[in-house]
Amino acid sequence: MTELLPRRGLAQILALIVILAVDRVVSPQFFDLRLQDGRLFGSLIDVLNRGTPVALLSLGMVLVIATRGIDLSVGAVMAICGAIAASLADSHGLPVVLAAALGAGLICGLWNGFLVAVLGMQPIVATLILMVAGRGIAQLITEGRIVTFSSPDLVWLGNGAILGVPVPIAIALGMLILTGAVVRGSALGLLIEATGGNARASELAGVGTRAMILAVYVWCGVCAALAGVIAAADIMGADANNAGLWLELDAILAVVIGGTSLFGGRFSLVLAVLGALIIQTMNTGILLSGYPPEFNLLVKAVVVLAVLLLQSPKLSGFAGIMVRLRRTKP
Amino acid sequence: MENSLDPAPPLLEVRGISKSFGAVRALQEVDFTLRAGEIHALLGENGAGKSTLIKVVTGVFPRDAGLVRLGDEEVAPRSAKSALQAGIATVYQEVNLLPNLSVAQNLFLDRQPMRFGIVREGEMRRRAKALLTEFGLDIDVAAPLGNYSVAIQHVTAIARAVDLSARVLILDEPTASLDRHEVEILFGIMRQLARRGIGIVFVSHFLDQVYEISDRITVLRNGRLVGERETASLPRLELIRMMLGRELAETTSSRAAASEQKAREVCASFENYGKAGYVAPFNLELRRGEVVGLAGLLGSGRTETARLVFGAERADGGQARVEGASVRLQSPRDGVRHGFGYCPEERKTDGIVAELSVRENIVLALQAKRGLHRPLSRREQDEIARRYVKMLDIRPPDAERPVGLLSGGNQQKVLLARWLATAPRLLVLDEPTRGIDVGAHAEIIRLIRELCDDGLALLVISSELDEIVTYSDRVVVLRDRVHVEELSGEAIDVTNILAAIAADGAAMQEARA
Repeated sequence: MTELLPRRGLAQILALIVILAVDRVVSPQFFDLRLQDGRLFGSLIDVLNRGTPVALLSLGMVLVIATRGIDLSVGAVMAICGAIAASLADSHGLPVVLAAALGAGLICGLWNGFLVAVLGMQPIVATLILMVAGRGIAQLITEGRIVTFSSPDLVWLGNGAILGVPVPIAIALGMLILTGAVVRGSALGLLIEATGGNARASELAGVGTRAMILAVYVWCGVCAALAGVIAAADIMGADANNAGLWLELDAILAVVIGGTSLFGGRFSLVLAVLGALIIQTMNTGILLSGYPPEFNLLVKAVVVLAVLLLQSPKLSGFAGIMVRLRRTKP
Repeated sequence: MENSLDPAPPLLEVRGISKSFGAVRALQEVDFTLRAGEIHALLGENGAGKSTLIKVVTGVFPRDAGLVRLGDEEVAPRSAKSALQAGIATVYQEVNLLPNLSVAQNLFLDRQPMRFGIVREGEMRRRAKALLTEFGLDIDVAAPLGNYSVAIQHVTAIARAVDLSARVLILDEPTASLDRHEVEILFGIMRQLARRGIGIVFVSHFLDQVYEISDRITVLRNGRLVGERETASLPRLELIRMMLGRELAETTSSRAAASEQKAREVCASFENYGKAGYVAPFNLELRRGEVVGLAGLLGSGRTETARLVFGAERADGGQARVEGASVRLQSPRDGVRHGFGYCPEERKTDGIVAELSVRENIVLALQAKRGLHRPLSRREQDEIARRYVKMLDIRPPDAERPVGLLSGGNQQKVLLARWLATAPRLLVLDEPTRGIDVGAHAEIIRLIRELCDDGLALLVISSELDEIVTYSDRVVVLRDRVHVEELSGEAIDVTNILAAIAADGAAMQEARA
């Protein structure tokens, strides 16, 4: 029955290669890399760098979605944490700034997790609360202004480089490895997939499903906080109105492109991040092509549809559709 | 009809209905006849095919064979809506109306009185009021339906159905969540409708109510028609026999004689354990190497007892002890920690995680018990999966296959493996052989015995009395959520169990007569 096993990752890698090839056609210098002032430059680096916030968000989002939840508040959490980081940057050292911002993200995650796991609210409604309120909180922190800073430490976080690799990319890679190690190195991965696959059955098997759900929302909050700090560091300021705006949707999209079902269960961290990169490669390609950015949204929709169709083993041909129809019995 | 002397010609006639879901034959050539003005009880245990029959007749499921005649014409509804148009209305246990709309809106949904394209609220309310008054209900019809009790919601659903000119009214477990007084109201309405010539099909597992309200009874078992009888001339014991039993072979416990004298160590005990409105307080001792069977009709409190014992439901009184030490069972986690395992009746919704592999399903409980920080390595998981796939002969022997693709019997074995891997002291099995083909059936029973011989304590629920008699050392009989009798040793046989299930009701019948 190998045909029922998803060809995991193949569709995503294929999509990425195709988009990269198109980008190469649109912009002949796309694969050029150069080293300048100890930092790599080039379109590819740009894709990775710009893709960092969504990649970080998708790391948290994929776990939330695996438990059959969703977190709409990550964009707002980015704004809150970016605002906190920017406000503290010039008066405190980097450790304090980071601790405060990540702590805030953790609290946001706890709040969401509390609503979903303890009060049993529907995830989409529960996180909508913070999605709306969070931006207000961020505006209160920045007092309605765009808070700028010049702390070289925080600026380095957004614009510096480690061995030529821009710091945001290094952070995202580090977080991918850390999350992977925690989730797959412990039993967390299995128990999250079980919870998302069948929460009732998992509960009866002795799985602490509430603790699982709480944990994934907390982690999602922390990832969003980190994304928020990086986004603020990148522009050396915090804009409560626009930081992370609509990025929750990109993060969800990245997870879905990465093959994790919104109905929970099986998930893949690497493929979610790959999904984020696909989105960013597309964005960058359209910018380079000189088409107006409005096209971005349309092209994105088409590519997403294509990737999803490619992934669906049952839709890989007309025969597949027929099989599907025959199987769809009440 | 050929018999012109028939006092009441059939209103609804169902002939030779068959329905399969994949390989499972849910209905096989079932006949059913409903006369105008009668209340006809449709009975059978879980999985007997009552719901499937209703859904096939009302067109929710397409039928494989057979015909349905309403009055003189043959009908073949394609959906519940077209059944309704033909005159067959169904009210399900879960009332399928809209709780956020008003009572009046619910009654006239889809057919509101209109003028110039605007709903005439006043007119609608007036008519709603009049309609419900017929049913003896005087309530504010402008209030949302959800504000009212389930009983009133039921009556509203019935009123709507009848007002839509239903000739046949199917009530699926209408009394399950009603209290005694509400049941009386509902029965009053049913009798009134029957007098108006409406044929009513009444599905229930409360036998007292069946005897109180119904004129005739049709019993299904395993998708086949067992028989149709006049209620008045059908003794309760006979009815229960029809619902549960094969021909009553006088099997006695094969284990009882051998094991009776052995004093066994108690591994878990429950004193006055119960929960209000769930199961009356009971005493239960579970011993190593002993199978305790729970017998009783559907809804008698068997599953409820199992869930309390395992910790899936919290007791509100009584004392639980494990190995003599007093314990609190607040959640399945507590049960698992104390070495209990529970294979629920609903394998698909409560048991397996369909998407995950056989291996992952098997290690799930053990991993949950060990905790997050002590993950089983992939090699350990493979080893455990391989051992149990071999030991229980799980087929196909592929531990990486998603468990949802396995047959019911093999899924059941995977669940057994899940608990055996935790080395439990007590295993609770709720209908372990339901929906399993004959071969796997025998295997599961053999496994139950082997596990028991290995020193495990087992609490097993089954509707198959022959089965319970075969493997149980003791049998607890439940009726109406009360543990009414405990049989052991030579006393365990199908006749005694049936007598215990029927006892109270028979007494009541005599008292009434």
